[in-house]
Amino acid sequence: MIWKKIKVGFHKLGSPPVFYRVCQVVAPWLWAGAAVCAAFGLYKALFVVPPDYQQSDSFRILYVHVPAAWQAMAGYLVMSILAIIALVWRIRTTEIMAMMGAPIGAAFTTICLATGSIWGRPMWGTWWAWDARLTSMLVLLFVYLGIMGLYAAFEDKRKGARVACILILVGLVNIPIIHFSVEWWTTLHQGSTISFFGESSMDASMMPPLWWMVIATKLMFGAALLDRSRNELVEQDRRKGWVRQKMEATA
Amino acid sequence: MTPTRKKRLAVVGLIVLSVGAAATVAITALQDNMLFFISPSDVHAQTLPADRHFRLGGLVSEGSVSRDPHSLLVSFQVTDGAHEIPVTFTGILPDLFREGQGVIAHGNIGPDGVFHAREVLARHDETYMPNEVARALEKAGTPHEVNMPTSRQAQNQSGY
Repeated sequence: MIWKKIKVGFHKLGSPPVFYRVCQVVAPWLWAGAAVCAAFGLYKALFVVPPDYQQSDSFRILYVHVPAAWQAMAGYLVMSILAIIALVWRIRTTEIMAMMGAPIGAAFTTICLATGSIWGRPMWGTWWAWDARLTSMLVLLFVYLGIMGLYAAFEDKRKGARVACILILVGLVNIPIIHFSVEWWTTLHQGSTISFFGESSMDASMMPPLWWMVIATKLMFGAALLDRSRNELVEQDRRKGWVRQKMEATA
Repeated sequence: MTPTRKKRLAVVGLIVLSVGAAATVAITALQDNMLFFISPSDVHAQTLPADRHFRLGGLVSEGSVSRDPHSLLVSFQVTDGAHEIPVTFTGILPDLFREGQGVIAHGNIGPDGVFHAREVLARHDETYMPNEVARALEKAGTPHEVNMPTSRQAQNQSGY
């Protein structure tokens, strides 16, 4: 019974007016949650957590760098799932969501690369090195830009979305490469600090702000994705009846 | 699921699998070239020509750093526990450079057997802790030992 209700609810999300309404209602809550988590996390990261024994205060940049890097990769996984649904079931709202994730993911990747570079200059002694981790992360940025470019190159948005969804699946292979690069090869970038199944090599007193920031970036991604998808839907359907009705109602 | 959708799902699966297979083959073939640095043991195992430039990675041996008082010349030993290689470098070292810390030096081994570095980068290991914790560990007689992967280790871990 409950299963059927969930199923019907999902099917309804395929309808543009329902999808529009749901995005409109849910997104502000996600933004609010993200703002609260980020404010709390940043405060703890900058003022509460003790400085590192070697890097002193410079290590605090990781509270932006690591959540951004994880979100850049998690965002790609979300897009891949949406792309599979879009390719198999051809649901238009899913196609739009898969496409709208790309610029957000690209933004998180850019934040990750920039903060890493800023940290690397004083700590490593260089802004950039062509090691496996840094290079595979740069490839992720180019994949994101490629998806955006391919989608924009088509006059027919649905066709463009379908082609770009295939590119999403091709680029998926890069995600495990990014993750395991520091284990498979010798790299300038350090290995993983946080271990979900073993002991992490970060002192427990430094952990809480990281989780707040991780939650904040997840919510931020979700909020931006819903807002962007809603906008794209209205833009595409601007001559359709349901959008006109909505606009007349608010005008 | 309708037959058409089943077919589409199979095609999607095929795309992911074939790209994955292609990447695996490419990565396996490029295994050695993907290494950012090699360890002193690797240098020992193979004799490189004197003018061959490469990146040497390891820990700075304790008590091995000596600075020339009149210039920016620094010399130290890089070790991976099994072998040591003497390194000289003229220039400014990164903040994290210190004895016991991981470093990656780019240069070549001269006829004198010394590694002449053109660039020295510090490598941070993945450990973060406050001062008090570091001091407590030292007091307890178990100071944190910096962990530096060696190229051999990396090759074994890959599982190929």
